[in-house]
Amino acid sequence: MTTPTIGVLALQGDVREHLIALAAADAVARPVRRPEELTEVDALVIPGGESTTMSKLAVLFGMLEPLRERVRAGMPVYGTCAGMIMLANKLLDGREDQETLGGIDMIVRRNAFGRQNESFEAKIDFAGIEGGPVEGVFIRAPWVESVGGGAEVLATYDGHTVAVRQGNVLATSFHPELTGDDRVHAYFVDMVRAGL
Amino acid sequence: MSTLPSTPQSAESAIGTSRVKRGMAEQLKGGVIMDVVNAEQAKIAEDAGAVAVMALERVPADIRKDGGVARMSDPNMIEEIIEAVSIPVMAKSRIGHFVEAQVLQSLGVDYIDESEVLTPADEVNHSDKWAFTTPFVCGATNLGEALRRIAEGAAMIRSKGEAGTGNVVEAVRHLRQIKNEIAKLRGFDNNELYAAAKELRAPYELVKEVAELGKLPVVLFSAGGVATPADAALMRQLGAEGVFVGSGIFKSGDPAKRAAAIVKATTFYDDPKIIADASRNLGEAMVGINCDTLPEAERYANRGW
Repeated sequence: MTTPTIGVLALQGDVREHLIALAAADAVARPVRRPEELTEVDALVIPGGESTTMSKLAVLFGMLEPLRERVRAGMPVYGTCAGMIMLANKLLDGREDQETLGGIDMIVRRNAFGRQNESFEAKIDFAGIEGGPVEGVFIRAPWVESVGGGAEVLATYDGHTVAVRQGNVLATSFHPELTGDDRVHAYFVDMVRAGL
Repeated sequence: MSTLPSTPQSAESAIGTSRVKRGMAEQLKGGVIMDVVNAEQAKIAEDAGAVAVMALERVPADIRKDGGVARMSDPNMIEEIIEAVSIPVMAKSRIGHFVEAQVLQSLGVDYIDESEVLTPADEVNHSDKWAFTTPFVCGATNLGEALRRIAEGAAMIRSKGEAGTGNVVEAVRHLRQIKNEIAKLRGFDNNELYAAAKELRAPYELVKEVAELGKLPVVLFSAGGVATPADAALMRQLGAEGVFVGSGIFKSGDPAKRAAAIVKATTFYDDPKIIADASRNLGEAMVGINCDTLPEAERYANRGW
């Protein structure tokens, strides 16, 4: 079985937790901050963090276009929370100048579940993941307002879409990397492996 | 993260759990949290790439200058800042002033800083932070102090530094102290951890957890005295997972430029070339105060215990 090398976009956010979860799911994981580091990975995780900051730093350090190019070329990508926002084709309640990479035909509403006092945990049934619901940690989390034809909804909470996949691109509103339950990461590593 | 209380078994959701509180701080890692005193400054901070802002009436440099009792900020001013930006907003309560903390929670701030920069309200007790849905960050000068705050419910720790001086010497001391004490614990066997807990005046379970993890069980930021991009990068190279910047930005010649430069240097803290570029033509830095000339009563690091 080939072991994929998966980068974690390390501009800002919970990079360390993703590196640990990916390693637990049998991938080689490494941080990616520069365009040349991006060329060395088979796939990429965009972590949780502050999406406005992440987007700004991506522009500032010349990462935005290389990232867009790799996503367009079919590199597998998984985004959590701020990462989901980065993968949206369209954004609601973002900053006007906020850049996204696109990748999934979906409209995402930023901070849709509210501020920190409304942040919550819940069990989430995840289509395609065996062994019972996954633990969902939602922190100032976005939700998916609507998806286009090519995107598949994998999980919902309280009537809102919180996990989506389109081809090689996966996004969740919540943070599996904070739970020690690595099944969503294993699901993504399988996606990456299938394309190698 | 396996040591955190797990998700409740019921199908219902739960707010204010340790995971949600500590997890929030994890999202801020690698970022800069900036002190702001009004909506206009908050927007400048957000534009510069801040991951969060700290809303307060006066930056520490002015609190030092004005003297008197420093308290929680006016709710109107905090609400204006919450309205103005889309990034998280933090605010400060006095040490032990749990009613100020209740007020801040009711305003919907995203994090409460139980801060030595304000005048302590209780000389014995810090606030019981488990009683709140809103997470808390607290200052610490050493490992024992950090673990006592975590035992009280703090979900994030920062160095105390010596806020409002533009001098990083105290923050460096605190971070090195915490790092060295953690390294020492790593070398202890189980028998020694009980005595270590007693010496640190911290709960044994937390001491054991730190010995196993090799880090605090919550995010550690630096705070106090950061005035330049190189200061911010120094704190990160010393092990801080992110940086609070107080007076250093809005007491300088060109706040917008300096704020953006500090954000850059915090992300690329191990790349001297980028830090050099970020340090060019920033205008005047805040003047700064030498900490060894500070009278004892004006040393914030001594507040809290």
